[in-house]
Amino acid sequence: MSDTATSARDLPVPARGQSLRFYGIWVIAAIVLIVLPLLFSSGSSLTSFSLIGIAIIFALSYNILLGQTGLLSFGHAVYYGLGGFAAIHVMNAVTAYDWPIPLPFIPLVGGLGGLCFAAVIGWVMTKRAGTVFAMISLGIGELVASSSLILRSVFGGESGITTDRTALPHMFGWSFGPQIQVYYLIAAWVMISAIAMYALTRTPLGRISNAVRDNPERVEFIGYDPHVVRYLASCFAGLFAGVAGGLTAINFEIANSAYLGAVQSGLVLFATFIGGTSYFFGPILGAILVTYLQLGLTNLTTVWQLYFGIIFIGIVMFAPGGIAGLLMMHRPLVRSGTLGMVIPSYLLALVPTLVLVCGVILGIETIAHYTESQGQGNVIALFGIPFDATAASTWIIAAVMIVGGYAVARITWRRIVDAWDRATTDARDRGHLA
Amino acid sequence: MTQAIEIRNVEKRFGNVGIIHDLNLSVAQGERHAVIGPNGAGKSTTFNLISGHIAPTSGEIRLNGDLISGLRPFEINRRGLSRSFQVTNVFARMTVWENVRCAVLWATGQRYAFWKNVDDLPEVRQRTAEILDDIHLLHRRDVPAGLLTYAEQRELEIGITIAGGASVIMLDEPTAGMSRAETERAVALIRRLTEGRTLVIVEHDMSVVFGLADRISVLVYGHIIASGTPEEIRNNPKVKEAYLGEEGH
Ligand SMILES: Nc1ncnc2c1ncn2[C@@H]1O[C@H](COP(=O)(O)OP(=O)(O)OP(=O)(O)O)[C@@H](O)[C@H]1O
Ligand SMILES: [Mg+2]
Repeated sequence: MSDTATSARDLPVPARGQSLRFYGIWVIAAIVLIVLPLLFSSGSSLTSFSLIGIAIIFALSYNILLGQTGLLSFGHAVYYGLGGFAAIHVMNAVTAYDWPIPLPFIPLVGGLGGLCFAAVIGWVMTKRAGTVFAMISLGIGELVASSSLILRSVFGGESGITTDRTALPHMFGWSFGPQIQVYYLIAAWVMISAIAMYALTRTPLGRISNAVRDNPERVEFIGYDPHVVRYLASCFAGLFAGVAGGLTAINFEIANSAYLGAVQSGLVLFATFIGGTSYFFGPILGAILVTYLQLGLTNLTTVWQLYFGIIFIGIVMFAPGGIAGLLMMHRPLVRSGTLGMVIPSYLLALVPTLVLVCGVILGIETIAHYTESQGQGNVIALFGIPFDATAASTWIIAAVMIVGGYAVARITWRRIVDAWDRATTDARDRGHLA
Repeated sequence: MTQAIEIRNVEKRFGNVGIIHDLNLSVAQGERHAVIGPNGAGKSTTFNLISGHIAPTSGEIRLNGDLISGLRPFEINRRGLSRSFQVTNVFARMTVWENVRCAVLWATGQRYAFWKNVDDLPEVRQRTAEILDDIHLLHRRDVPAGLLTYAEQRELEIGITIAGGASVIMLDEPTAGMSRAETERAVALIRRLTEGRTLVIVEHDMSVVFGLADRISVLVYGHIIASGTPEEIRNNPKVKEAYLGEEGH
């Protein structure tokens, strides 16, 4: 029965091609980060890229808890915010006392800030997993956020604490005044942090964290204390969240109590979950998408949070693996060459689904416009087409698109399911599915 | 020589309900000891008490002479005792390979290391591969444990239990729910893998028990009514009456 073709001794050293591909991905990521601002050099894209980079580090740090260790935190922004404040204070001290610390090292200060707080508070927090942990994280989040408004000397009250990043010692002759220089600083830290966090998943601690996520009870019977594992995981999560917070402080030259708050904690949970917690790259996708949507939608619509909510509910209900989960679902089909069997059904479903989505957007925008701003002009422009929010025709169009789109879309969705069934059966026959 | 396991006057109550009372048991080094008894007798509870899953209400438990009652499961495990579960208890989302490797980590001294690449540890890799070879799951190494067949999961359960190299192995109904052929395979596996170690096994299948065990203890209503060689147990009138007798009909 046992496989004699593969000897037990020489088994799982990763194949050469595999490790080449592995380093290739990081090299490509680095090239993309370097080239991006050359392709899109406008001020607003630089700002967006900078924010996306920070969001990537923050979301990856959150996934050390959620995806790797199975800890659902509602207060992760505490580490991020405290990292930001640590960075701001050290930046101001560097300027005031002429310490020889150049700006590129400041994110490390942020990281240490996050790490210290996690090290102090984490032991109590991680005593239990599950609901207890979630509730304590929520409580700590509220506690720190509200103290930040009280301790004015440390947190600067409502207005926060400002700094001047160009006043620090320069490095490579860079003043870090221009946004492009800040972008490259952030990009460098994205690479460092992402590689470090990926490496963490491949260590004994990283693997035992996964075991604690899957089955903390059994972990105790293979020699490990799940409490220690959760504690160490939360220290690393605090460290990298602090790095993200430090970068934010550099980017905006300010730290205020909003960094620590529940909104920030909610956003990172949101980005990580939408991206997908089961794969390392999931939170990266989530951070890109959510930051991009946040920046884009706030300009387009007043009810952007509503869309966030809808997207979130949709992902939770229909794709609990997030975007990464959806993508990786197709891997066995790609390997077995049966992907072609599902693509047509996707294309077919695209049209009615888009109609449905547009109908929903039109409906939401019309209602929002109608209730919000009755006084000032009733025309809203959607997809470049003007609609009158008070006209009955607009409401009817929206209703028709929603109802009609849904009716047709349902049929096409069913065809996707059928196509999937056939494709996976084929893939299994060809031995590409367990 | 000190006994591998020594249980003295152990009592366990859940609230007002006494589940285990006046439990005394000793298992010698290198012995294969079977615990039998009717459903609900407290066999799994006894395992939970020894392995630290629950603490005894009173009494003491010793492992190789050291007092272990009241210690946490991981502390007891580090002292060389490892147990399996009656209901499969593996790391469902991780692959078979990673399941076994996790169980090897502490024993090879990796502790909570976050500065080593887990794929780069030759000793860990070799032991994991050996265990997988032993439990015949090498060809399934990349399958998530949750997707294994029932019999395969039971074998993985045994693999995780023995992977750390503990000197005392406790198996709670390892063959439950297996077919005849699967049971025979599993018993051969257990016999081979626990060679030179102390084994405590809970088992309902009498042919397995009498074939495997050096000594047998009979647990009825949370109390051991008899303990001895298979021959002694077979001829013990109390046992016949309380347990084996029922099966004879
Ligand atoms: N945590 C608990 N709280 C209350 N009662 C418990 C608890 N655990 C076990 N019991 C009770 O203790 C008794 C013994 O259970 P145990 O699981 O040890 O039996 P067992 O001998 O292993 O039986 P089986 O052969 O069915 O596995 C049962 O009546 C059970 O209901
Ligand atoms: Mg039992």
